[in-house]
Amino acid sequence: MISSQNDALNTENREQMSGSKPLKRRTLLKTLVGIPVLGVFALELIRKFNYDQDKKNRIIKELGLDNIKVPEIIKSSHGSKSDLIRVGMIGFGNRASALASALGFMHPDEVESRSKEDSMKDWLAQEDLNVAITGICDVFDLHAEYGLTTARNTVRPGGAEPTTLPIKSYRTYQEMLEDKDIDAVMIATPDHHHAPMSIAAALAGKHVYCEKAPVHKENEINTLYETIRNSKIIYQLGHQITQSVIFQQARDIVAKDIIGKITLVETSTNRNTADGAWIRHLDSNGNPKPGDEKTIDWNQFLGNAPKVPFSIERYYSWTKYFDYDTGLLGQLFSHEYDSVNQLLHIGIPKSVVSSGGIYYWKDGRDMADTLQCTFEYPVRDLTLLYSACLANSQTRGRSFMGHDATMVLGDSINITVDGDSTKYKEQIKAGLMDPSTPMVSFNPNAGSIDAVSSATEKYYASRGLTTTNINGVNVDVTYLHVREWLDCIRSGKTPTVNIEKAYEEAVTIIMAHKSYVEKRRVEWDPIRKVIV
Amino acid sequence: MVAMKQITNYSRPERWILAVLRIIIGWHILYEGFSKLLVPNWSSASFLLESKWILKGFAEWIMSNPAVLSTVDFLNIWGLIAIGIGLILGLFTRAAAISGAILLLLYYLSNPPLIGLEYSLPTEGNYLIVSKTLIEVVALVVLAVFPTGLIAGLDIYLAKVWNRNKNKMEG
Repeated sequence: MISSQNDALNTENREQMSGSKPLKRRTLLKTLVGIPVLGVFALELIRKFNYDQDKKNRIIKELGLDNIKVPEIIKSSHGSKSDLIRVGMIGFGNRASALASALGFMHPDEVESRSKEDSMKDWLAQEDLNVAITGICDVFDLHAEYGLTTARNTVRPGGAEPTTLPIKSYRTYQEMLEDKDIDAVMIATPDHHHAPMSIAAALAGKHVYCEKAPVHKENEINTLYETIRNSKIIYQLGHQITQSVIFQQARDIVAKDIIGKITLVETSTNRNTADGAWIRHLDSNGNPKPGDEKTIDWNQFLGNAPKVPFSIERYYSWTKYFDYDTGLLGQLFSHEYDSVNQLLHIGIPKSVVSSGGIYYWKDGRDMADTLQCTFEYPVRDLTLLYSACLANSQTRGRSFMGHDATMVLGDSINITVDGDSTKYKEQIKAGLMDPSTPMVSFNPNAGSIDAVSSATEKYYASRGLTTTNINGVNVDVTYLHVREWLDCIRSGKTPTVNIEKAYEEAVTIIMAHKSYVEKRRVEWDPIRKVIV
Repeated sequence: MVAMKQITNYSRPERWILAVLRIIIGWHILYEGFSKLLVPNWSSASFLLESKWILKGFAEWIMSNPAVLSTVDFLNIWGLIAIGIGLILGLFTRAAAISGAILLLLYYLSNPPLIGLEYSLPTEGNYLIVSKTLIEVVALVVLAVFPTGLIAGLDIYLAKVWNRNKNKMEG
């Protein structure tokens, strides 16, 4: 390279470069011209680094975040060979497949498609939970068959052995519960079965992992609570959000009173697709999905619900009908409520007002596609707001609005100081805190607190785009939630979303649903334990 | 000085401004490298995630494989730092300019401001096909074409050593 450049030089210049004479002083200066530039660069770099560090440290100190815990993403769970838990799956649709995958069982077709996408690595790295799926119960033959194949698959994560135990298919869940070869059940059925199945399972002494919502009808609430309370089983409700690292940091922030007195919490649902509006009985070509009266046990599907003729639409898109579900409340508000309740322990509201309607998806459904609910907690000086729209997907974050700052909790946490904060008045005046941009971002993958990062970093953090597999670890929160349940079964401890939390949630959801259906403000009578 | 004047047929200000161009681009690239080095757990993943157009598949492949991703991160950071130092010092200038141009061209091709490609990350200016990255690529090509290391830089010394050895071998 040098020589080719050299060829371009003329003879006179060559003489200087030929090495026959030492470099002249002026040439020497020209040779070394970059050194002082590099020196200035180094000084400026150190100055910039110190400035940023100082500002970051001052904010973190001001907020008392300097000793905040960064939780471990992976903690190990135990269980010897003899501790094997035999799980029965009640209902084997999409959600059950996800639960089975969390347990360490995946259908061969899914293994194949995920291998092609190269997304198997995280799953294969999942720790062996020492469980076996030994029972499947589904009213639809096709789903039951899918469940059996899943439970039999020999591809297992974490070096786990394929199941050697027999895997049974049960015609009804009652038959499964009578079987002494089942230790625990996971309920992933339409919502109207949740409470009756959980109650029956508890009475049969089987541990329960139940998908949300815990109940569908008002009269189930107290029975479910009493039955589980009086049993020895471990009950966990399927709210996996609280298992994320981010959530544990949010707990610390609330504990440190960083955002001041919170008087309003805003939660929302923002979707804009047919699938997101629970139109699920058609395939991608617009034809009805498989299943008919011969392959689906329609009476068992209906259970305690009113008798209606077979309908493939009701079977797949059951969420749309109040006979089987409470719509947005049971499906999505339940997650929102649980995350707020886990953080602030708000419990049961004094009153609820719901309103809304079917304004976009006019397909004969019962559930509202636009819904607003206001939950009042006068004892806590707090209002919880839920606003759902199924015809617009603009993101509205989950905002905890305090007098001194706002915390938006999603895939990441962003805390923005309030311009009129009393607590941070001096810091805002001094320019240390800026109300126009988040002052603290918690990035789940960075492994550290990141205050005053670059604009790009902040932007990505606010969009939750930072949750890629940095460090090579991507952990499924459902897996963590399921694992906690199994750990509690072995140790006798209480899981995160236990029956107390499930009870508070059940009352709250049913209050909001009742208010919507009866078009009136409802209240909770804590003495008689009834909605009035 | 008399000798240097005739490296090219250009005047002294013309040659010096080329050297200044090289040094400020070197400064920029060096700081880009350091700013990534100083962010704990910095990763190119967030940038690659935005990749559109012809390098999209390549970017997805990098992200799908943690080992490849960390290698790319490492090469990015230390590549930028090495190129920056090379350009500032005028050391292996042409190699630094060419590798810098290739690296920046990869950045450009990952997120080119073409009509119809939408990015979630806002840009700090307004671009149509030509962006600042592309201008910097071309500027580096200019620097690769002109021997600015021999105008001002450690390459003068390297050339001297090179020629001394060459003369010895021939002599």
